[in-house]
Amino acid sequence: MLDWMNWTQPVAIFFAVIACILVVMSVWELASPCIERRGFLPIATTRGDRLFIGLLSAAYIHLAFLGLTELSLWIALAVSVLWLLILLRWG
Amino acid sequence: MAMRERSRSKGIGITVFIILLLTPIYWLLNMSFKTNREILSGLTLWPQNFTFDNYVVIFTDSSWYSGYINSMTYVLMNMAITLTVALPAAYAFSRYRFLGDKHLFFWLLSNRMAPPAVFLLPFFQLYSSIGLFDTHIAVALAHCLFNVPLAVWILEGFMSGVPREYDEMAYIDGYSFPRFFVKIFMPMIRSGIGVTAFFIFMFSWVELLLARTLTSVDAQPIAAIMTRTIGASGIDWGVLSAAGVLTILPGVLVVWFVRNHVARGFALGRV
Amino acid sequence: MRKIPDNRAWWLVLPVLLLVAFSALVPLMTVVNYSVQDIFGPGNAYYVGTEWFRDVLRDERLQASLLRQFGFSAAVLAIEIPLGIGIALMMPKGGIRASLCLILLAIPLLIPWNVVGTIWQIFARGDIGLFGWGLNELGLSYNYTGDPVDAWLTVLLMDVWHWTPLVALLCYSGLRAIPEAFYQAAEIDRASRWAVFRYIQLPRLKNVLVIAVLLRFMDSFMIYTEPFVLTGGGPGSSTTFLSQTLTTMAVGQFDLGRAAAFSLVYFLIVLLVSWLFFTAITHMDKER
Repeated sequence: MLDWMNWTQPVAIFFAVIACILVVMSVWELASPCIERRGFLPIATTRGDRLFIGLLSAAYIHLAFLGLTELSLWIALAVSVLWLLILLRWG
Repeated sequence: MAMRERSRSKGIGITVFIILLLTPIYWLLNMSFKTNREILSGLTLWPQNFTFDNYVVIFTDSSWYSGYINSMTYVLMNMAITLTVALPAAYAFSRYRFLGDKHLFFWLLSNRMAPPAVFLLPFFQLYSSIGLFDTHIAVALAHCLFNVPLAVWILEGFMSGVPREYDEMAYIDGYSFPRFFVKIFMPMIRSGIGVTAFFIFMFSWVELLLARTLTSVDAQPIAAIMTRTIGASGIDWGVLSAAGVLTILPGVLVVWFVRNHVARGFALGRV
Repeated sequence: MRKIPDNRAWWLVLPVLLLVAFSALVPLMTVVNYSVQDIFGPGNAYYVGTEWFRDVLRDERLQASLLRQFGFSAAVLAIEIPLGIGIALMMPKGGIRASLCLILLAIPLLIPWNVVGTIWQIFARGDIGLFGWGLNELGLSYNYTGDPVDAWLTVLLMDVWHWTPLVALLCYSGLRAIPEAFYQAAEIDRASRWAVFRYIQLPRLKNVLVIAVLLRFMDSFMIYTEPFVLTGGGPGSSTTFLSQTLTTMAVGQFDLGRAAAFSLVYFLIVLLVSWLFFTAITHMDKER
């Protein structure tokens, strides 16, 4: 019944990672609720907001690497993860 | 008096705008009462040979009028599904803070923003694989994609306008949640439900891309059937116009029935 | 209103969540799967990695249609928002005439989108349509099926005709929410008409305006049916907007992989813009 979805391994891994992140964030939120704060971003954000900003900008970083350069996407991934961590910590 | 002068020029302005707004619709109406020969022989501001033939074609051919029935069916199904699931959700968003509420709300809204063209193919595959292709329920479910988020958004606004003291009082009086919700709360936001229903109807009735892709024969919407007027001998303008006029009528009826709610809903500044 | 923290509220949201997951999440996952494969038929697909994305991002035809799309959305907002505010200011304050105005204004919104296209297809024709005929009689050469500029302007005019009422209705609702006392105070201060608009009406309109801009941006960004019926995207590709390019690719050419990659890029653009608007709205709510 799921044939038509044409699952491939990389995509499955991708969604699994996203799901894991969501679960971890939820558990973290339940364990220690987050307070909205102001970092280097122009608006006050919660942990979840920063995660969303991080993921969205990660998507754009990947697109920029694809569209503008010939570099390997692993570099884009590394840049994205680094950016996500910076956002979560200081954003 | 400057005041009166101003209000008169305002009246003229709005009248002119509404006349401009209605002219294209008048033109459609005009064409629907003409014979094709008159349409093609030259421009006339009103029908010279007034005829109902174009409407007769639609009302006597089941493949034509079943299109209207199909469209109405999936719109009504969609309204029922959307209101059923959106009412409790909007209540939760307006009353409680819970884990991930803001992100959930945005995720819902982002579906309202997603272009239907993006979901076209997967929808086709999804509904084919579960055997719902070419059924009314498939279109109704597909339209939930943009209608549910919209309904939650509008209803949440109305519900936030009702003070929570009402809820608490009802609970003290021994009402259970479902009874309170149906007996007390829903009547209080009547106008909101009216406005929401109006918008759900509107967006489901006017949508064509998904409705056309998910149906072939049995549940084909009127909008898709209209493309048939383009035949080998050119376009049958008269019948096309008549069919167009008939698609406007349900909308006018709906807006007439909910006019007081809509006016009040708009008056609350909540849409 | 102060909200009570209570995670049991999840039970109330669950039906919506399941429904939207069924109708949005499953298809979205499918699109992602398609976007990394070259699909020839059921069970006959090759994994191609990110080739489609690379292809789509560098396709000049798509870039052109993206630019056209942004130009169109910007033009739509620049015309419809001021016009809608103007109409709302002119509407009667209450009574039967206000209801009548509301109903008449709402009519274009309730017409199926392909019929909107049909109406303008007829109305703008030079031989049988009042508008096209009138323009030609005035000595202007106008032909929306042949001239790209005319076609573009006709699509824009059609959108203004179709959607300005929505902006007007939203603004009207915002104006009705202003207490009469504000106007009386302004009258005592002998405030000019402009001052009343600038310092009393406009600030109160801010919230509905953001909603109007958001709705109009999103809907004009995914416009498909009306131009498709009116011009079919032509002449040439002058009125081919993003949704139409995508639909042609997916349904017309059955180029699933490329269409899926394009869908995702399209979706990401909409997601970013919507998020910016949404943050702006919630931020305003907080400042109030």
